Amino acid sequence: MSAVRVLVGTRKGAFILASDGKREKWDVSGPYFAGWEIYHVKGSPADPNRLYASQSSGWFGQVIQRSSDGGKTWETPGGEAMPQPGSMPAGASNKFVYDVSPAAGKPLTTHQWYDGTQHPWEFKRVWHLEPSLADPDTVYAGVEDAALFRSTDGAKSWQEVPGLRGHGTGPKWQPGAGGMCLHTILIDPANPKRIFIAISAAGAFRTDDGGNTWKPINRGLKSQYIPDPNAEIGHCVHRVALHKSRPDTLFMQKHWDVMRSDDAGENWREVSGNLPTDFGFVIDVHAHEPETIYVVPIKSDSEHYPMEGKLRVYRSRTGGNDWEALTKGLPQSDCYVNVLREAMAVDSLDKCGVYFGTSGGQVYASADAGDNWAPIVRDLPPVLSVEVQTLQ
Amino acid sequence: MQAIHVTLPAHLRTLAHIDGEVIVDVEGQVTLRSVLDAVEARYPVLRGTIRDHVTLERRAFLRFFACQEDLSLEPPDTPLPEAVVHGKEPLMIIGAIAGG
Repeated sequence: MSAVRVLVGTRKGAFILASDGKREKWDVSGPYFAGWEIYHVKGSPADPNRLYASQSSGWFGQVIQRSSDGGKTWETPGGEAMPQPGSMPAGASNKFVYDVSPAAGKPLTTHQWYDGTQHPWEFKRVWHLEPSLADPDTVYAGVEDAALFRSTDGAKSWQEVPGLRGHGTGPKWQPGAGGMCLHTILIDPANPKRIFIAISAAGAFRTDDGGNTWKPINRGLKSQYIPDPNAEIGHCVHRVALHKSRPDTLFMQKHWDVMRSDDAGENWREVSGNLPTDFGFVIDVHAHEPETIYVVPIKSDSEHYPMEGKLRVYRSRTGGNDWEALTKGLPQSDCYVNVLREAMAVDSLDKCGVYFGTSGGQVYASADAGDNWAPIVRDLPPVLSVEVQTLQ
Repeated sequence: MQAIHVTLPAHLRTLAHIDGEVIVDVEGQVTLRSVLDAVEARYPVLRGTIRDHVTLERRAFLRFFACQEDLSLEPPDTPLPEAVVHGKEPLMIIGAIAGG
């Protein structure tokens, strides 16, 4: 019997929404880590009971939580007291220290600040946790200020993947309104040494050698809000998604513009087509139809809510350009919520389920690929992230 | 060896699974540094939540009080008040009131 587990991160804790494969009745558990900001919760593809959560607070900083039983219980890896008196505890699961060693290649110490001056890298939080496709103890973390970290011991300790900041364009990276965050991490299912990441506001990058070397992949992006709209670096990429059967095809929701690449990011072209506005944060791909994609258009970069007060998911069955509004079950008047970049996901059941969370605390689900929607919950704290696990 | 009483913000007590008061044993001089070292040794999960992992500087939105004195800006090796040393008063670690 199949089942679905929806992992929801909010401004004030994490929630787990569980259902059988019919996706009609839901059990809601939580809040976990009540009162803390949960930027992201994600399960391991290799072991669905292994979950990782990013817990943070302006007061107390970053904490990493781990579950080995599907979210029933949690632990801070390495955070337990040592049983032997005098032995040194680790307590390093929340220790994210930028690599400054010469062996790291070309470690950078500054990036561009809002006013164009150079500013030192300062760790603030983990935005995204991406478990390895094969090993439950290996997990990547995308952090603010932007860098990529990796743990190979189940999040007990973290090491920066230094080639990303070290490849040379770091001084041109700058924070977006949400901070200078590394938010997207996509591991190529056909070649785990190929990883795509994206940073606001720097752009998208790719490694083909497991993280040793990186290159910007932003050719074709045009951003009118930067001095050179066609620059190699400086684009505010909000989200990138791929379908596992076609990992060379990438879909991007940029600050403005929905984009597509069919050559692993070497070249991009706009596929905003007939969208009412091409600003937005989320983008995702149908689990079984690699040319079916979803976005939630948001009015503008200063008006972070749907146009005309109508919450509409837009679906393209042609890989972009030709979009249809999906409205059944979604509020079509007086709705002024936002849908943040981590807050959409799909399950892999047949029919494909699509899920998204809002700044108003609703988590909407569609069990028929977007044709009909219903809220699973209506009154959570503002939703920061939504991930889905399909369980067999 | 001195038994030092420490009060922690509720979020940190929850994080460290602390039920009630924290009492840590401190050898040698009782200072902010030695007490926080002892707290972190007992509860490693608190490493990085009160002080920065590397610099050991106080996190910006936390403050330290004892005997109605604000010790937040004192050097970390400043001896704590006698009442704290003798366990009559706690070292209070308090989150700044900043909404949210």
